Amino acid sequence: MKDIWTKLATIDRRIIYLLVFLVVSLPMIFRMIMPIRVSSEVKMAFSEIDNLKPGSIVMISIDYDAASEPELQPMLIGILRHCFSKDIKVILLGQWALGLPLGEIALNQVAKEYNKRYGEDYVNLGYRPGYTALMVGIGKEIRDFFPTDYKGIPIDSFPFMRKVRNYQQIDILVGLEAGATGDAWVQFAGARFNQKIILGTTGVVAPDMFPYLQAKQIVGLIGGLQGAAEYETLVRKAGSAILGMPAQSFVHLLIIIFIIIGNIGYFILRKRK
Amino acid sequence: MILNIIGTWLAATLTLAIFSFLYKDNPFYKLAEHIYVGVSAGFWVIYVWSFDIKPMLIDRFITTTGVEKWILLIPAILGILMLTRWFPKTAWISRIPLSFTIGIGAGLGVTASIQGFLIPQIGATLLPLTTINNILLVIGVISTIIYFYFSKEFKGTWKFFSRLGIIFIMVAFGASFGYTVMARISLLIGRIYFLLHNFLHIIP
Repeated sequence: MKDIWTKLATIDRRIIYLLVFLVVSLPMIFRMIMPIRVSSEVKMAFSEIDNLKPGSIVMISIDYDAASEPELQPMLIGILRHCFSKDIKVILLGQWALGLPLGEIALNQVAKEYNKRYGEDYVNLGYRPGYTALMVGIGKEIRDFFPTDYKGIPIDSFPFMRKVRNYQQIDILVGLEAGATGDAWVQFAGARFNQKIILGTTGVVAPDMFPYLQAKQIVGLIGGLQGAAEYETLVRKAGSAILGMPAQSFVHLLIIIFIIIGNIGYFILRKRK
Repeated sequence: MILNIIGTWLAATLTLAIFSFLYKDNPFYKLAEHIYVGVSAGFWVIYVWSFDIKPMLIDRFITTTGVEKWILLIPAILGILMLTRWFPKTAWISRIPLSFTIGIGAGLGVTASIQGFLIPQIGATLLPLTTINNILLVIGVISTIIYFYFSKEFKGTWKFFSRLGIIFIMVAFGASFGYTVMARISLLIGRIYFLLHNFLHIIP
């Protein structure tokens, strides 16, 4: 007859999957809400956009795809809501081709909420390969890379785009990052052209971006689902990030319990041998 | 509307097919995996054509005149030369466009690393030792560098700082791993939210 520790040490992994599934689903089904503490780096990002005057221009780069959608899409929606609520113009582009449809979905959704019109309040420039050359090139003339928007319409046919020539006319660049493109924005647009940058990143990327924040190379950092939930809190419009945070907290608790039980079991079984 | 419903059902079916791997490997998982790879590749081809080759090369060649028109032949030829990689006998020719790509990458990368990373980061480490955070940061950087300095035997004070360096590295790994766990759970939350919200309409 196996004792409890032996049973736990040889537990079927599918039981663990089932527990994780339940711990994620139940808080969402019962719509549990937990208080969100806003970190200083997210507050900095929010304040930078909040301090912009109406008519200012924010460029948002979609540097992620569907694999990072749960973390970065709520950030994009939160930032778009913030910009449109303050009548800030938005230029969307992307360095990850597969992510651009996600940007388009968010733009259409939020523009409708705030009655914003394509070409007057926002444009979508689309994607061009070779992002390092593009980042340097935008510092000279944006039309060299984007003479037209993603639909093929000349960008000069949009009133607010006529005055945009390079980074000097872009008040803040927001990079939503699932990989190393954020480093490139900082090293090319930031270091070479003094472009003010806010980075929104996946949880995996976030720790690597803190040195840039500490060195003041970026003016704000939104990290992972937690960061997205913080931004939603500041924008005062709850979305999928705030809804997902209780599940996140409970799963973390479950993982900690698993680690403790696993270690106790391991040491007890080792002692017996 | 009907397309949205079909899209949601398709996405939900593929999500469940991928999740079925957690029970054990099966044909539904394999099918979903292959569809993903195929659709991604197809999507890339369309994007490169629509956002790169057509507007930047073909349309520009038609609309521009003079030197600006003919200079476009250079990238076009380099691009075509890249395709010689498919044929073993002519594969060496592809080194010419590759050398351009590597040269541009290296040139941009070197200046970016020095101007955009090394110098600002060193500058940000030269801090007055007036706060605990600053002291920790400076000691952390110095001890970590000492850990990676292999030209002197680790003895005495040197050994102490190298050990301290390991502790700082481990703390950094821990923070990174914690964030990674959060990120992976977020992906699961995203998929389950999709199933409960968009597909089953259990949550509003």
